[in-house]
Amino acid sequence: MGCGLEADGKSSIGTTIDDDAVITLKAGEPRSTERFVRLHVGWMLAVATRIVRDPHHAEDAVQNAFANIFDKIDEFGGRSALKTWMHRIVVNESLMLLRKIKRTDTVSIDDLQPEFDANGCRFEDHWAAPNTPEALLLQSDMRAQVMGQIDLLPDTYRIILVLRDIEELTTREVAEALEISEANVKVRLHRARAALKRLLEPLVKGQGL
Amino acid sequence: MSKAGQEPIRRRRRLHGMMFRLPLMITCEAFEDFILAYLEGDLNARQTFVFELHLKLCRECRDYLDAYRKALELAKACGSDEAAVLQKVPEDLVAAVLAARDC
Ligand SMILES: [Zn+2]
Repeated sequence: MGCGLEADGKSSIGTTIDDDAVITLKAGEPRSTERFVRLHVGWMLAVATRIVRDPHHAEDAVQNAFANIFDKIDEFGGRSALKTWMHRIVVNESLMLLRKIKRTDTVSIDDLQPEFDANGCRFEDHWAAPNTPEALLLQSDMRAQVMGQIDLLPDTYRIILVLRDIEELTTREVAEALEISEANVKVRLHRARAALKRLLEPLVKGQGL
Repeated sequence: MSKAGQEPIRRRRRLHGMMFRLPLMITCEAFEDFILAYLEGDLNARQTFVFELHLKLCRECRDYLDAYRKALELAKACGSDEAAVLQKVPEDLVAAVLAARDC
């Protein structure tokens, strides 16, 4: 049917696309269900991988998310785009799995915070000609390199940065998902970004990691 | 620190220490605490003025904020790359999802 179903549910004809997808899912017809799964599995796996880091856990999270989507499609009210609704589900399923994963291979967040002298004056090297993000992103493996550095952050900080800056949840949404205060989200977000700045400095200064 | 030699750095720092005593001038450490709120647009007009005044006068904080923003931009770019992250559909996963749907 050429089905007009696009991965970007936020396009101008988003509602029609979403309506078609919802009808498809409710009907449970195998071939269109498979088309739906194929269309969305890629970005969902990318989201889950960014959150849980481990590919096997990420696949589990996506499987759980699809089970949830099939279960709850009757409750989808169309208040948001279908993709946004699905995004929240895969984020939540990934967070649930993440709580069970224990890690020790992280950097110390305190060691990567900015430093000041006794007068409150910052220590910061001057950079003659830093690389621009645009130029850096032309390198094909740049996103993987950046993600590799983000992955080094302790989970309590990493997850805030991933949800706010990469998955683009609001501060309130992150606070709700993690059951912490918005003030706490902001404090951790800034510390996570400050640490990432230190980790990415060699790249931005053009020295490689 | 940079190769520029220690004496100019020491002089800069003394200058900074004096600068912080001027009216409306905050320390770099206080500046640090406002960065997130500034980027989120949460500062009122007076706070924004104080923040930007420090930024104008302090090269260290200018360099710092510039690098902070570049790092942030690189992080954000990691999300806008869904298609490239997975060139091929993971067939095992598709099969597992569909199998679970059937039973
Ligand atoms: Zn400063």
